[in-house]
Amino acid sequence: MSIVEFRNVTKTFGPVVVLREVDLNIDKGEVVVLIGPSGSGKSTLLRCINALEEINGGDLVVDNISVKAGRSQVRHIRQEAGMVFQQFNLFPQMTALDNVAFGPRRVRGVTRAEALEQAKALLAKVGLAERGHHYPSELSGGQQQRVAIARALAVKPKLMLFDEPTSALDPELRHEVLRVMQALAEEGMTMIVVTHEIAFARQVGTRLIFMEDGKISVDGNPAALLANPENPRLREFLQHVH
Amino acid sequence: MEFDWSIIGEAMPALFSGARLTILITIAGLVGGLLVGFLAGLMRAYGNAFLNAVAFAYVELIRGTPIVVQVMFIYFALPVLADIRVNPMTAAVTAIVVNAGAYIAEIVRGSFLSVHRGLKEAGLALGLPMWKVLVYIIGPVAFRRMIPPLGNQFIVSLKDTSLFIVIGVGELTRQGQEIMAANFRAVEIWSAVAILYLLMTGTLTLVLRVTEKRMRIL
Repeated sequence: MSIVEFRNVTKTFGPVVVLREVDLNIDKGEVVVLIGPSGSGKSTLLRCINALEEINGGDLVVDNISVKAGRSQVRHIRQEAGMVFQQFNLFPQMTALDNVAFGPRRVRGVTRAEALEQAKALLAKVGLAERGHHYPSELSGGQQQRVAIARALAVKPKLMLFDEPTSALDPELRHEVLRVMQALAEEGMTMIVVTHEIAFARQVGTRLIFMEDGKISVDGNPAALLANPENPRLREFLQHVH
Repeated sequence: MEFDWSIIGEAMPALFSGARLTILITIAGLVGGLLVGFLAGLMRAYGNAFLNAVAFAYVELIRGTPIVVQVMFIYFALPVLADIRVNPMTAAVTAIVVNAGAYIAEIVRGSFLSVHRGLKEAGLALGLPMWKVLVYIIGPVAFRRMIPPLGNQFIVSLKDTSLFIVIGVGELTRQGQEIMAANFRAVEIWSAVAILYLLMTGTLTLVLRVTEKRMRIL
């Protein structure tokens, strides 16, 4: 059963066409890895799913709700589709615990005590049980990104969107974030990941999508595609990324 | 010439009552100015085209005219124009509200818009409505950034109350002027007046600095 459904979606920024009549179905439990050259539209595609970008044509249905259904419906979509950003975007005035407890308190209306209890468990899950009382500025990039993942999970989404979650991190900090993402995938979370981490795509992804020029040009099994990329553009792209 | 301390002693009760009035006008004016300023600033930052235009016109009108002209207008022109008769004190407070409000609006707008847009997106992505994003996420970060420029505006407004001498409000400068006119001791009286202003602005600076220290600027 599909949880995200792009129907002929077009997105433009002024005169620039970023997504060209994209059709795409993503089912529950899939771990979709989106790759492609910069400017190919992969981040925009991701941001259309939770309506951070408004689509200009076609329709996009997430958890049976159209992104065009109006503000309160869009908020519902966003509660079901957690997002992790390249720049973490933690709330700087709050501790790690309060960052994670924030969503349940302000979105789901959970009491502070209960939200903090959940937040502690989530921080432990991402390996940061000891860091709860630190502010984002006191955490490393990898730690901040793991807090950001916990914050998104706290709202209990059905689907997680990752927008280049490791691109702002030093190489030695990437693996701690990727490990958390892998654990999440193994629990059966539906994930859509924009990334350049080819190893992650191969080991964790259940589906690989290669985008270029606003269109999906390759879509298939990661292991097969990476072992034998028939599409010449994909082959060329992989040579540059490796 | 000889500095006669007894002159200051005699003048103190009148100067104190003037200073009290100065503080009163400043506080009342700034409370109102903050309300107006937040409203106009948020209209400028997040309002639709109409709200934005209204707030823009207000800010430009006030920033583009001297505060003396504004208070004269409120006190002398409004009664003629609209048959609204106000006492000097009301005119003075209104002038500070309207004047400070315009400057505070720009401070508020600038601070809110200076907050990294990623924070707004992170809030929206959790499923919050925009007003909650402003209240719980952007507002607290912006507020910290507002403190230094707000401090400036508070001090400017406090000193601007001296201009209300023109409509006869018995604030500090007016009191000094009246005593001076009676005894011609310009050095003593204006020294005392200046020091009272310094004490008031100094206290304000201190309060702001403590507030700033207690909050981490983000």
